[in-house]
Amino acid sequence: MADQVTLTINGKQVTAPAGQLLIETCKAMAEIPAFCYYEGMSLQAACRMCLVEVEKFPKLQTACTLPVAEGMVVQTESEAVVKARKTTLEFLLSNHPLDCPVCDKGGECELQDMVFKYGAGESRFTEVKQHVPEKQWSPVVFYDGPRCILCYRCIRVCDEGMGVGALGLTNRGINSEITPSHGDHLECDECGACIDICPVGALTSGAYRYKTRPWEMEHTGTICTHCGDGCKTTLGTRGDEIVRANNRDRSGINEEFLCIKGRYAFDFNHHPERLQSPMIRLNGELQPVSWTEAIKAVAAKFTEVKSKGGSFGVIGSTRSANEENYLLQKFARQVLGTNNIDHPRSGDIVTLLDALSGKTDALATVDDIYHAKGVLVVGSDLSQQHPLLANQARANFRHHKAKVFTVTRGPVREDDIAAASVRATEGQEIAAVESLKDKLAATGGLVVLIGASVKGDDVRKLVALGDSLGVPVKYICLMDASNSRGAMDMGVTPDLSPGYKPVDKPGKTMMQMLADASLDVLWVTGENPLAGAELASKNAFLVVQDMFLTETAKRADVVLPSASGYEKNGTITNTCGQTQRLKKAVEMMGTKTDLAIMGLLARAMAANIGASNVDAVFEEIRSTIRGYNVPLPVLMTGGAAHTMPVNGRVPVAVQADLISSKGDTLFTSGTLGRYSKTLNSVMEAPGKLYGQPVSKS
Amino acid sequence: MTFSPELEKRFADLLTHYPEGRQKAALIPMLMYGQDEVGSVSPELMAEVAKRLSIKVIEVEEVLGYYSMLHRKPMGKFHIQVCTNVACMLVGGTELYDHACKKLGLTHLETQKGGNFSLEEVECIGACSWAPAIQVNYDFHHHVTPEKLDTILAGCK
Repeated sequence: MADQVTLTINGKQVTAPAGQLLIETCKAMAEIPAFCYYEGMSLQAACRMCLVEVEKFPKLQTACTLPVAEGMVVQTESEAVVKARKTTLEFLLSNHPLDCPVCDKGGECELQDMVFKYGAGESRFTEVKQHVPEKQWSPVVFYDGPRCILCYRCIRVCDEGMGVGALGLTNRGINSEITPSHGDHLECDECGACIDICPVGALTSGAYRYKTRPWEMEHTGTICTHCGDGCKTTLGTRGDEIVRANNRDRSGINEEFLCIKGRYAFDFNHHPERLQSPMIRLNGELQPVSWTEAIKAVAAKFTEVKSKGGSFGVIGSTRSANEENYLLQKFARQVLGTNNIDHPRSGDIVTLLDALSGKTDALATVDDIYHAKGVLVVGSDLSQQHPLLANQARANFRHHKAKVFTVTRGPVREDDIAAASVRATEGQEIAAVESLKDKLAATGGLVVLIGASVKGDDVRKLVALGDSLGVPVKYICLMDASNSRGAMDMGVTPDLSPGYKPVDKPGKTMMQMLADASLDVLWVTGENPLAGAELASKNAFLVVQDMFLTETAKRADVVLPSASGYEKNGTITNTCGQTQRLKKAVEMMGTKTDLAIMGLLARAMAANIGASNVDAVFEEIRSTIRGYNVPLPVLMTGGAAHTMPVNGRVPVAVQADLISSKGDTLFTSGTLGRYSKTLNSVMEAPGKLYGQPVSKS
Repeated sequence: MTFSPELEKRFADLLTHYPEGRQKAALIPMLMYGQDEVGSVSPELMAEVAKRLSIKVIEVEEVLGYYSMLHRKPMGKFHIQVCTNVACMLVGGTELYDHACKKLGLTHLETQKGGNFSLEEVECIGACSWAPAIQVNYDFHHHVTPEKLDTILAGCK
């Protein structure tokens, strides 16, 4: 603990660590207003709102830059302070338009709040306000210069927070304005952090602007449905439309961080091509039918094939909730009597868990990346594929001078902060990591992020190498989608039942199912395996649950419109094994959750799969899968509970060729990305991986 | 982008003026001398300076926007800068500027066809003791009257 100092704030004695900024010390007892100061970012002292009176200082001091000292006597709301703040506001308003009634920020504007508190409604300035037209920098970012109070928050969050540095401040005096990286437009991550952090309405988003007023929205904190990092995103909804996503309350493992997908790519949800009615193939064409008819048709077919001893194939989703995947494998194994169940795999968690057998605390969380002394990224373009984890590594480097190492097949953004970067082709990564051994051991502690190209024996070698370093090492198996990890944990695999317990007679893998010419039924929930692949069995009865008419759904005999991740309750598990709660924010007419569909199917088939409501299924998961017995209060309050679903050998042979990353970038997101107008409209899309442009899917 | 050997030498020397790791402090003089040779702070010059100092182009942009002595477009061979700040204004700076406008047929930040003269109304140039003052490129002229200005302009060849 640092040395403590004692000081007096508003007549009360407090102790604080020496060197702490006065504004932080004051937080416990008095709110000090500030526009430019932002916790976690460099100091600016540009806005002059945080002025306080400190005894023996001849002038008011900025609390945001003043470290506390022994015996300091501080007044935060004295007459002089209040007057100074009012004057500062009057000055800020001298060129700020009074267009609050049409401004997106009206109602949650920090400037508005301050003026309300300190009152600078009347101005002594008679000069004409200088107006400049609003500018659009990208499909996402709009800038209204006159509203800008030049607090530099956007510049700093982009540079320090995101590591992009796409914003600057140009000109001076009244002409000062924020300027984007490329003259009149932005080329950046399009994450919108600058918009969220703007204290006024200078930066507004293409998604939200002029859609609603802040007080007309409902807010639902749920988990982003795109990549595997599990960011909390708070959806602002109006009626059944999502109009905004952010995480300003810093709840969740990502605090305020979100990428373009978490913040703006919720728009797939309202895409006009969303399926809203079940469809059955009649005379070769998919025709809309009622839910009753569709369920009846599927149940009849399932019953018929089962009674004839036919073969089933079931494909689970990497975006469905844990409850849905759990019930799906239960349905497949108990009702359909098959182990032919699989999902697209994007990380070799099985080998990792097996290699870590007997170790405790060897799986890292998102937070661990921020606190580790060293971070090793093997075989992943982290900032493209796992934006939150990349952000954690960057923040760790910035705040704690962490040593970052990259072993990748091409240039990645983390190279810029890396203590060492090695290029290694896929499958050759381990030798490259060996070459860094001394440097890795010197870190004193390491988190290893393992990309999809490291699998099978390479994972074992990596763990053995980690063991030999003599420092604490934790691992993360990087996986593509929001619930890729959960799908594995829930046993949506032909050889492992929930909790990585081997089954007696392993079923067919996804590839084998597609290649099986005698397959009678293929049931696909929320995946698109027929994009770029053929179904060998021409007569297979194909049931597809999806949000859109994908390549797979187009081939289907029955299409059941399913709910999106933002339209359901449940839990999902991120790539680090942290389980969080999904909360339903909106509803889409005509759709049902995968869980509800399975419940209806079971009833129509007179099969008993137990209760099919979310809470009951989760209770079953908690009581049967090791590591999922997580404390409910953590989940209920929006927290993340770390799971370790096995701690012992997982005696199955991993087929490494089944594991591959889909190669989504910051601007693609599988099927969801195809239906997101925002993701497709930004000029950076479809993005780059390892410095190479990816082709548009 | 390549520069003359003299400028390259100057740039190399500049980088030694600052402590290790703070080479970006050379940004302003590099832009200034670069502008003298190139004629303006062109996008190419900005990119080159940014590259040499390992900073982002937008950081160069910020400095360029702030300092009025750095120009994006080429100024005339003789860049006439007339001060109209308080001290000069009180003793005829504004009239001097008006005279220069009429004489040259230019206003603020305009350049003559052919590029001989350009004119700029500037803020204080630090010559208040000898107001009204003007600056022609890097040369100062003190106690300037409209008549004296004519002589100065006639001498610009």
